[in-house]
Amino acid sequence: MRYLPLTPDDRSAMLATIGAASIDDLFADVPAEARLDGPIAGLPPHASELAVERHMGALARRNRAAGDGPFFLGAGAYRHHVPASVDHLIQRGEFLTAYTPYQPEIAQGTLQMLFEFQSQVARLLGTDVANASMYDGSTACWEAIVMARRITKRAKALLSTGVHPHYRSVARTMAKYTGDVLVDGDPALEAGTDWAALAAAIDKDTSCVVVQYPDILGRIDDMTALAEACQAAGALLIAVVTEPVALGLIKAPGEMGADIVVGEGQSLGVGLQFGGPYVGLFACKAKYVRQMPGRLCGETVDANGKRGFVLTLSTREQHIRREKATSNICTNSGLCALAFSIHMTLLGEAGLRRLAAINHDRAKMAAAELAKVPGVSVMNDSFFNEFTLLLPAAARPVVHTLAEKDILGGVSLGRLFPGNDALANGLVVAVTETVTEDDIAAFAAALKEVLA
Amino acid sequence: MTALNRAGWRPEMNAAGGADDNVTFTGNRALMLEEPLIFEIGSTETTGVDFDEAASAGDLGGLARSAPIGLPGLSESETVRHYTRLSRQNYAIDLGLFPLGSCTMKHNPRLNEKVARMSGFADAHPLQPQETVQGAYAVIHELAEWLVTLTGMHSVAMSPKAGAHGELCGILCIKAALEARGEDRRVLLVPESAHGTNPATAAFAGFSVEDIPATSEGRVDLAALKARLGPDIAGVMITNPNTCGLFERDMKAISDAVHAVGGYVYCDGANFNAIVGRVRPGDLGVDAMHINLHKTFSTPHGGGGPGSGPVVLSEALAPFAPLPFVAKQAEGGFRLIEEESADEQHPQSFGRMTAFHGQMGMFTRALAYILSHGADGLKQVAEDAVLNANYLLRSLDDVLDAPFGASGPCMHEALFSDRGLAEGFSTLDIAKGLIDEGYHPMTVYFPLVVHGAMLVEPTETESKAVLDQFIGALRSIAMRAKNGDPALKSAPHFAPRARLDETGAARKPVLAWEG
Repeated sequence: MRYLPLTPDDRSAMLATIGAASIDDLFADVPAEARLDGPIAGLPPHASELAVERHMGALARRNRAAGDGPFFLGAGAYRHHVPASVDHLIQRGEFLTAYTPYQPEIAQGTLQMLFEFQSQVARLLGTDVANASMYDGSTACWEAIVMARRITKRAKALLSTGVHPHYRSVARTMAKYTGDVLVDGDPALEAGTDWAALAAAIDKDTSCVVVQYPDILGRIDDMTALAEACQAAGALLIAVVTEPVALGLIKAPGEMGADIVVGEGQSLGVGLQFGGPYVGLFACKAKYVRQMPGRLCGETVDANGKRGFVLTLSTREQHIRREKATSNICTNSGLCALAFSIHMTLLGEAGLRRLAAINHDRAKMAAAELAKVPGVSVMNDSFFNEFTLLLPAAARPVVHTLAEKDILGGVSLGRLFPGNDALANGLVVAVTETVTEDDIAAFAAALKEVLA
Repeated sequence: MTALNRAGWRPEMNAAGGADDNVTFTGNRALMLEEPLIFEIGSTETTGVDFDEAASAGDLGGLARSAPIGLPGLSESETVRHYTRLSRQNYAIDLGLFPLGSCTMKHNPRLNEKVARMSGFADAHPLQPQETVQGAYAVIHELAEWLVTLTGMHSVAMSPKAGAHGELCGILCIKAALEARGEDRRVLLVPESAHGTNPATAAFAGFSVEDIPATSEGRVDLAALKARLGPDIAGVMITNPNTCGLFERDMKAISDAVHAVGGYVYCDGANFNAIVGRVRPGDLGVDAMHINLHKTFSTPHGGGGPGSGPVVLSEALAPFAPLPFVAKQAEGGFRLIEEESADEQHPQSFGRMTAFHGQMGMFTRALAYILSHGADGLKQVAEDAVLNANYLLRSLDDVLDAPFGASGPCMHEALFSDRGLAEGFSTLDIAKGLIDEGYHPMTVYFPLVVHGAMLVEPTETESKAVLDQFIGALRSIAMRAKNGDPALKSAPHFAPRARLDETGAARKPVLAWEG
């Protein structure tokens, strides 16, 4: 076995030191009825690197990779070009094979990176502080709702219908067991958001209002008035960002008064990865920092007065506070946070703004071309790089027919909101810098053919 | 890199008197390189990414982001150097033994990295039409079959994102099962030696937590446990092998007793690496157990994640497993069971825990690891991990107090206490001394049941020669701590930083660059 360095002689010598006659002696505390004598039956034996690579390669080839043809999927996961240096750097063994930085003297690389990541995220989202990452956007969204309950001592959360249905689903799952009350529902196929109605629905029991920006149908709106309404009623405004590249072009939620901003950071550095691992972003106003979940990295000095970084405010966390912790989260998404941070450093503000503008331009071009297909219209008045098409027929079968033509043409609302017939004709289309003009032309032509 | 590094040498350092011959102009010490923050060396006008096309100004009216954001950029060459220099301030398993107890820092095979980056896996969208991602579903299903078989359980929930998320999954299965029975049981029993995540998870899910006492030999006190069992008990959360490094001999009896009063048995599987291929938790009456793929199956820890925490389930809890999951179809191929099909296929599911399918990038790595080892190799993994830990235990227990050394062999980790150190010397001093010797310290001050705990887990991927050198180093440090060597109090002396002021960091938190 290529990963196991002990030799038979080593094992004998070590057993002698221990004073055990055989390896079985070391498992003597396992009850006889639970002891296995040989390898578990029915499972194959060890395999060479070549054999494993061959097997996994065959499985990988059974998938249509996004880059193999025209690709327009978004709805919470976006395909962006990741510079080659990002993946090279995150494979440095000192990052890849390090642990959570519990011993800061020999983990300054990870800690300084986390401090830079926190600073980048806070600036991008327009908040004072950000943590060192969560699992993903959906779990970060739920943690924000729980945090709002801790802060306001109220338990009713109003969720915009524009929040990703899977994020709502996660929140509903958790709320069943925590006693939180959620008010939520599916969106209407309208150009406007439901934010004004949400502002009107806030009452004295409302802990928070949760909006997504851009939302699941691609709409963008100004949340300033909603933030004011929340503040007036003692509730918190939580903004969810599933496409952080948008914030190179449109105002940050924090700038418009959001109290907590969470997001999915996958767009930068991480890639699609069939849904994970991703990187949850979690940021808020400074006054709420002690109620945050997850790890935080802070600046300090060492015994010689040199600047250094440590994990801090850990009295919020499970390993110190146990059942009184702000969350049970332990491991976060360190390596994905590193990928996000490197990509953001490569872009810088100028690059991010340009990338965002290119995305927006390309999406506008696609929307205009697709709207020329007979019977098809664009629902949105405003959008960043994703918009909703209204088709003359149910979108879900159309997506499958397009896939047969090797075009991955968006996410149908029938997939996202199964059983909701009013949404069946909606198709959410994302257009990033990876989409070419030829891709758009191919998509429009195929859509025309399928709908004819 | 034009700016002077604030963290390195500054004029006032020498001005304060005391000519320190070791101070350099840059703050560097040969290959030990200081590195400023990107905010000190980057510029918002600089970018390391070229674009082929111009972009329009946009037409977003009042929503346009006009104010400066303050995100510094670097050229690609500067970026590569910045992160490479940072990386060199990290200890890592690639550099040497990383004996963090309960964290299982073993070699991360690079084949797994290669496999995870195959475009069919890395460049697939979670919401692609199902017929275009059958290979991804096949990976999830194949890994699931291995996990079920290796644990002797009924089924597995693959979507939890890390160990603590897996705990939550298992506990919610228990909660849903109790609700289905129409029972409102509120109490989960958790040993004091449990990971902090256990009580935090139980509380997060709305349970109250009560401690289970331990025996003097470091195991669950079966008699005390039985005495507390009753109709209000939802279940127990037991770590096995436990955090004292011992196998819970009475696990089956514990399970039987809990089941007899209608409760469920959650097993924290963080230490499954000690028994994989040798013991199946299903044979011990476990109802739910998370498996940290980043521990037992060697997906890289990445400086704090991502993890992955699939949860194996007994037949009693399987109906409540979360959505979505992959089902093999009788006619061939795989199908994703989501909310829309759940009513007919999986009506009692407690719901969705995360947006998509779980940590696909960890599944591919874990499957490659499992296939590489096979059934015979995995058994050898457990045996060598246990052999290495016992070798450390018996090579050190004459200089370090092993509080449960008389309780029989340890499993994959050896536990020591701070008993016998000189007045004023602590576990922390030993840990920092190990840094100077070129090792990452062991887990310290955990488990809480042992004073000044030192939990040492070598893993199976270390050779005898590496262990022998580590034993020598730790014996030397233990003797220095027993003899009161003052130099140990200020260790580490040779690391990129001396001991850091953690109290000050927490008192006035600086969590983001404010320049």
